[in-house]
Amino acid sequence: MIYLDNCSTTRPREEVATVIAKSLLEDFGNPSSLHRLGIRAEKKIKEARAIISNFLNVEDREIYFTSGGTESNNLAIQSFVRKLSKKGMHIITTKIEHPSVLNTMKFYEKQGFEITYLDVDDKGYISLSQLENSMRDDTILVAVMHVNNEIGIVEPIMEIGRIIKDKNPNTIFHVDGIQGFGKVDIELKLGKVDSYSFSGHKVHGPKGIGGLFIDRKHDIEPVIFGGNQERGIRSGTENLTGIIGFGEAVRLATENYVKEREHVKELKSYFADKIKAEIKDIRLNSRLDDKSSPYILNISFLDTRGEVLLHYLEENGIYVSTSSACSSRGTEKSHVLKSIGLGNREIEGAIRFCFSYENVKEEMDYTVEKLKASVSEIRQIILR
Amino acid sequence: MKELISVSFGEIALKGLNRRYFEDQLIKNIRRAIKDLNIERIYKEQGKVYIEAPKPNFPKIISRLKKVFGLVNISPCIRVDKTMEAIEEASIKAITSKDDGIRTFKVQTNRADKNFPIKSPEVSRIMGGIVLNKFSDLKVDVHNPDMYLYIDIKQNAYVYTEKIRGYGGLPIGTNGKALLLLSGGIDSPVAGFMMAKRGVEISAVHYHSYPFTSERSEEKVKELAGILSRYTGKIKMYSVNILEIQKQINLKCKENEMTILSRRFMMRLAEKIAEKEGLNGLITGESLGQVASQTIEGIGVTNASVKLPVFRPLIGFDKVDIVHIAKDIETYETSILPFEDCCTVFLPKHPVTKPKLEDILKSEELLDVEYLVDEALENMKVTVIE
Repeated sequence: MIYLDNCSTTRPREEVATVIAKSLLEDFGNPSSLHRLGIRAEKKIKEARAIISNFLNVEDREIYFTSGGTESNNLAIQSFVRKLSKKGMHIITTKIEHPSVLNTMKFYEKQGFEITYLDVDDKGYISLSQLENSMRDDTILVAVMHVNNEIGIVEPIMEIGRIIKDKNPNTIFHVDGIQGFGKVDIELKLGKVDSYSFSGHKVHGPKGIGGLFIDRKHDIEPVIFGGNQERGIRSGTENLTGIIGFGEAVRLATENYVKEREHVKELKSYFADKIKAEIKDIRLNSRLDDKSSPYILNISFLDTRGEVLLHYLEENGIYVSTSSACSSRGTEKSHVLKSIGLGNREIEGAIRFCFSYENVKEEMDYTVEKLKASVSEIRQIILR
Repeated sequence: MKELISVSFGEIALKGLNRRYFEDQLIKNIRRAIKDLNIERIYKEQGKVYIEAPKPNFPKIISRLKKVFGLVNISPCIRVDKTMEAIEEASIKAITSKDDGIRTFKVQTNRADKNFPIKSPEVSRIMGGIVLNKFSDLKVDVHNPDMYLYIDIKQNAYVYTEKIRGYGGLPIGTNGKALLLLSGGIDSPVAGFMMAKRGVEISAVHYHSYPFTSERSEEKVKELAGILSRYTGKIKMYSVNILEIQKQINLKCKENEMTILSRRFMMRLAEKIAEKEGLNGLITGESLGQVASQTIEGIGVTNASVKLPVFRPLIGFDKVDIVHIAKDIETYETSILPFEDCCTVFLPKHPVTKPKLEDILKSEELLDVEYLVDEALENMKVTVIE
């Protein structure tokens, strides 16, 4: 099996699986219990939180555990909007956000909020001047993703943060970091980021666990009410196993992050070069330089269908994703690829390859070989 | 006094000398549908079948029985001795358990045992009086009552207030076997349902073009077959990959004949499977004029590819009526799930709507039909769906 769908989810590291198995049986106490088991559980959470806050270079009390990326985005946006709606009803976001942000925005649009959706250029960058011009006194929140999940573009968080705060220091800056966390550097404090969401299973941790950084200067109201776990922000008995596994995944990421990223960067450019050399009529939808995540490579194979190509590769044990579902109704075309100006021909044939530290060069060679054969077979049928 | 469930048959009561055969098959089907629900006893008594089981299981049993073809009415009922006192007690119990918003009632007695000394109208009159006495807020309405109190006097007496409609039809297995061409759409599961309702045992064949179609769309078809099997019992499903056939047509024939040629291949493949498995006919979800290949000419040309009878129970149905049944039998929600096939690659932009058989036969001469059919069948997969 060659797994190149690491943006969808990753395989947990062995150590993570071991820690989880152990914790399930041994650390089953409820962290809220007053007895020793509870205290031990609480301590484990504290350790995991420290690992993550250390990794992000923030304070322990600025990290909240959630069920994952979607919840983190919702929690941040909904809490801030609820708190600030008296001060203004204007929100800014981009056209290439993840559905967990876009659909939350759509909800507020229906509630009467005004939402500005920033355009992106053909690489996927938001327009900084458009951002600057869109900022107003009643702009309560700006949400921009760190790394785009389909094409891997890294938005200039530092500059965006500076523009926002220069224009309106009261505007909240939320960053969806799901594809950036553990993969691309970020300095939250320097970037003036108020909240940053991230997820466990994208970094070789378990599913069902994620986190949210909220700058300590903010005092927000919860969306879910209950026993006031996570300092009242996220009630509900803690997902102890998930937190422990997540902590272990981040501990290992902290150790191996730089080395693994270099490895993946090399793979990506090797793979892209090889495809460019071997297969005609393609379009790279991701950059190969530092402005793109080394973990993501999106390519359009013109005159193919992404989904068909996906199944051809799957037949050979290679797992990838399409950016757009193959649909005769044309309603499920990738909004991201559309936003960077691609036409139907490019969108229909788009495939997303997402790497991990586990991939090796030989896998890239094999994948290119199978890609080449599959693309040519599909084209024979489509371009008869 | 014993609470149990009764079921009555419809058409099979008319089947003359064959009645016994139909009844036995029906009882077999009933037994199979509810075998895991702690059934204590199933027996026949003068035209009805009675089922004894723990009362908490009644709702589940009734919901399963509603899906057994051949049943017209299902009633939870009370069995008592054939005395007026016992019937009175049962009637009061039946009404007490029902008493919600009912203002009017009518007693309807059926005296199958003519030795019972009191005649039906008299039983109804006496019981009506007792009910009026006991339940002061109830009135009699002989024309349009809120509730009927049914009293059947046979070997035992049975009292009930509810008749839950079944689908009617004939017991599965009394009318041969046929192979349903099952796609992921709305129509074909309904077509299968309609034929099963006439007593036909159903097998299904599904065509896909993996990797041009998704494995998920095959899962969807299996799910549809699963819903259908609640009515039909287990379904043997054949999955055939026709990509190679489509590729060859795509390569060698006219673009606008793609659909009609594929349909003819699907029919041929189905016939081969049916012959091998001893099935008596084919079933399709075609409805006249619904799509380009379902014109009268298109169906004619498709039909000419096989000798077995092809049943098209939806031929005269409007789409809304098909949707109505699909919702009723609970296949609709699954049918409209959007796992669309990438088969659109093979969909002609302007399919021929009035194909001529001689043209189509000529096109088929460009293909090695026999080889393509055999090869497709060789890689066929079979799943049993329950």
